[in-house]
Amino acid sequence: MSRNLSKPAPDLNAGGIEPGTCFHCAEPLIGDRMLWAQLQGREVPVCCAGCRAAAQLIAQLGLEEFYRFRTASSRTPAPSTTEWQHFDEPRLIQALTRAEGDDRSVMLLIDGLTCAACSWLIGRSLERIDGVSRASVNSATGRASIVWDEGKVALSRLLQVIADLGYRPHVVTPDAVDTQAREEQRAILRRLAVAGLGMMQVMMFAVALYAGDLQGMDANIRTYLRLASMLVATPVMLYGGWPFFVGACKALRMRSITMDVPVSLGLMLAYGASLLNTWRHAGDVYFDSVTMFIFFLTVARHVEIVARHRSNSVTDSLGRTMPQTAHRFDSASPEARLADVMVAELRSDDQLLVRGGEITPADGAILRGITHVDESMLTGEPLPVARGPGDSVAAGTLNLGAPVRLRVTAAGSATVLAHIVALLRRGQAERPRITRAADAMSSRFLGRVLLGALIVCAFWLIVDPSRAFAATLAVLVVACPCAFSLATLVAVASANATLARRGILVTHQDAIEGLAKVTRVVFDKTGTLTLGRVSVTGCETLGAPNEQECRRIAAALEAASEHPIGRAFSADVGTSVPADDVQVCAGAGIEGNVGDRRYRIGTPAFVLGGPAEDRGAIVLGCEQKALASFTVGDTIRPESAEIVGALRARGLGVEILSGDAEGPVRRLARQCGIDEYAARQSPAAKLLRVKGLTGRGEFVAMVGDGINDAPVLGEAGVSIAMSRGSALALASADLILVGDSLRSLPMAMDVAHRAKAIMRQNLLWAAGYNLTAMPLAALGWVPPWLAAIGMSLSSILVVLNSLRLMRGERSRSSVKFPLDIAPVSAVALSGELRS
Amino acid sequence: MNIVFVLVPVTLILVSVGLWAFFWAVRCGQFDELDVASWEILVDERTQTPESPSGTLPP
Repeated sequence: MSRNLSKPAPDLNAGGIEPGTCFHCAEPLIGDRMLWAQLQGREVPVCCAGCRAAAQLIAQLGLEEFYRFRTASSRTPAPSTTEWQHFDEPRLIQALTRAEGDDRSVMLLIDGLTCAACSWLIGRSLERIDGVSRASVNSATGRASIVWDEGKVALSRLLQVIADLGYRPHVVTPDAVDTQAREEQRAILRRLAVAGLGMMQVMMFAVALYAGDLQGMDANIRTYLRLASMLVATPVMLYGGWPFFVGACKALRMRSITMDVPVSLGLMLAYGASLLNTWRHAGDVYFDSVTMFIFFLTVARHVEIVARHRSNSVTDSLGRTMPQTAHRFDSASPEARLADVMVAELRSDDQLLVRGGEITPADGAILRGITHVDESMLTGEPLPVARGPGDSVAAGTLNLGAPVRLRVTAAGSATVLAHIVALLRRGQAERPRITRAADAMSSRFLGRVLLGALIVCAFWLIVDPSRAFAATLAVLVVACPCAFSLATLVAVASANATLARRGILVTHQDAIEGLAKVTRVVFDKTGTLTLGRVSVTGCETLGAPNEQECRRIAAALEAASEHPIGRAFSADVGTSVPADDVQVCAGAGIEGNVGDRRYRIGTPAFVLGGPAEDRGAIVLGCEQKALASFTVGDTIRPESAEIVGALRARGLGVEILSGDAEGPVRRLARQCGIDEYAARQSPAAKLLRVKGLTGRGEFVAMVGDGINDAPVLGEAGVSIAMSRGSALALASADLILVGDSLRSLPMAMDVAHRAKAIMRQNLLWAAGYNLTAMPLAALGWVPPWLAAIGMSLSSILVVLNSLRLMRGERSRSSVKFPLDIAPVSAVALSGELRS
Repeated sequence: MNIVFVLVPVTLILVSVGLWAFFWAVRCGQFDELDVASWEILVDERTQTPESPSGTLPP
């Protein structure tokens, strides 16, 4: 052992793992636990074989520190039956990877990253493989880039390692969007640095100049300092302010006025006047105000861009749900050979083979085969549905059972999924409700200011031409809408940052404003108030053997199944007794020997070997006699009742809209203490209900997770999605609960209310300041330098007031959010580190 | 007070050097991934692991 024994053993119990939960994924351990994983000579409990395999692999690689440093528990590894071998076909390698010297490079999207430690783990694991020269994983975007030697190790091996660690890799072709996002982020960082450093310099000169104004200063030094200020302010203005000028030009060309227009105008006037005054050695300069204004606006824009990229990376997971390749029957050859083709090559009427565990690559109708399909990606419903010949299956759904032969009815952009995505994208583009209102207000305001400035100028030209310029400039500077534009911007930005730190991603700028107006919270049932995971909820034995024994037998049989119901059984007791000679009858059940007897589990008809009443229960039987009947269902989230109580205590109405049957919904409503609920609601009915509520003057917050919730999420005043929800729900949500817990919801409401209050204070202050200072400036009583100080001070006051939102309660965060917004020092996990 | 005539250019030069360094860092991609680095420093660098001394993956 080369390990230093004096070093304390790492505390493996980090990452928020509570007793009684799986060490790897923190799922609760149910029943008498039998599964253990070996970690640094210790045995730790795990919930399933997948978690054990992942934990053991991590231990074998000597990367146990992953558990010490991760800030969020890992996801439960999905049982993967995917065959990676077909990625080794030369044609696919050609299409999906790029040559990089003697090596090849590939871009992967990795599903299941929960924190930065995951990136580290994957990067290290891959780099230990002989033949991999570089592997870097970006935890924010989930993208991994790997450079490896094709001759030494196959791509399928790399993918297999990632899958074994408990993540899901998807090979993607590197697209332009990625580089564009990276460039945008880099550009804003550079502008931020220029504006920030420039502002500091100009401020130093400005302090000297103000002191000189009070105490008297040598004219030479004065001119010199002004020239220096101009020298520094010019790049800040041209480089840092460039995006605002571009934005303003764009807006004017489209004949609309955005916030960029008044901002640009204010900047140009102040900068222009300062240039003029520097040149004629008289009057005042406002370089300090100009640079400070640009810096604050750039900070706000930076926060916005970082938040947007984060949420994009969460929502673009849609790309990962679609497979890259499909098995197509070659129609040219008579014996119908199978060939792997790119999904993009699929056409209507192609015939495909979709194996168990694979994702359907296109919309189609089943020609041959009976199977179960997991449509949770589309509907959010965890229970799989049976599909047989003639039934249609949608692209993106997961085949859980036997292989089926499929005739393609729609492929690519013609699929149902692609249509929904397109609809949502359009909906998102048409949403700038509150922003537009604010812009309209400020453009009206600015119009009046310009008019006022003109009147003042004309007045002074008649009365006393020598004071005309100073007075006009004072009016313009005083009225510069800095404080106005910062009033809501900084408050929203700091509210976003506060929420992000506590596990809530804000993906739409108007979400905070909306959240503060909410009067009613509407919950979806599955996956929102419940965990959206199948588990055994009831067991009824019919004589000997006893319940525990029945559960054991059931688990032993179901261990052979990849079906979610099967996993529910093994999660129920864990594997204890082995079953042999197991046969899986797709769509019916499982048969096998446990001990010395032959058992069957599945539908009553299958188990009893004849027609039987089917009430949805799963029956365990032996020799055509029923022994026990199980009910499976969804379990309620542990925090649901508490959260509903907290929301009601805030005076909000709470109700459930579910597509489920009456019974389960009523039961759940009772458990959570909700009086109003509606069962059997189609997406259209949900939409109607939410519209009705809105019509009654309610402001609705919709919490959901499935694709069937997506239209409703779009209609609600504020939409909130669970981070493990379907990609489409995430795409249409204003807020995303990252920790996959409802706990942060009431806190988010509080933050929104505080943000709203602060916004109101800021606007009041800015308006009050402008209304009092403007008449004084118009009368010529305010010299421009005082106007500039006043403007800066009012902006600073607004910013400081907004930052109050981020103060306090930091240590109390219940969900530790791994992706902090603040740009701290950074070293990418890249090849340089290794050498 | 004439010292300012020297000091101001000196600060400006220093600021430009700092800016150049920051631009360089951004161009090298140091700010692309900010999450791993903050705790990677805490992880012990192990060139050889006791569990798999060869440093390669177990079969």
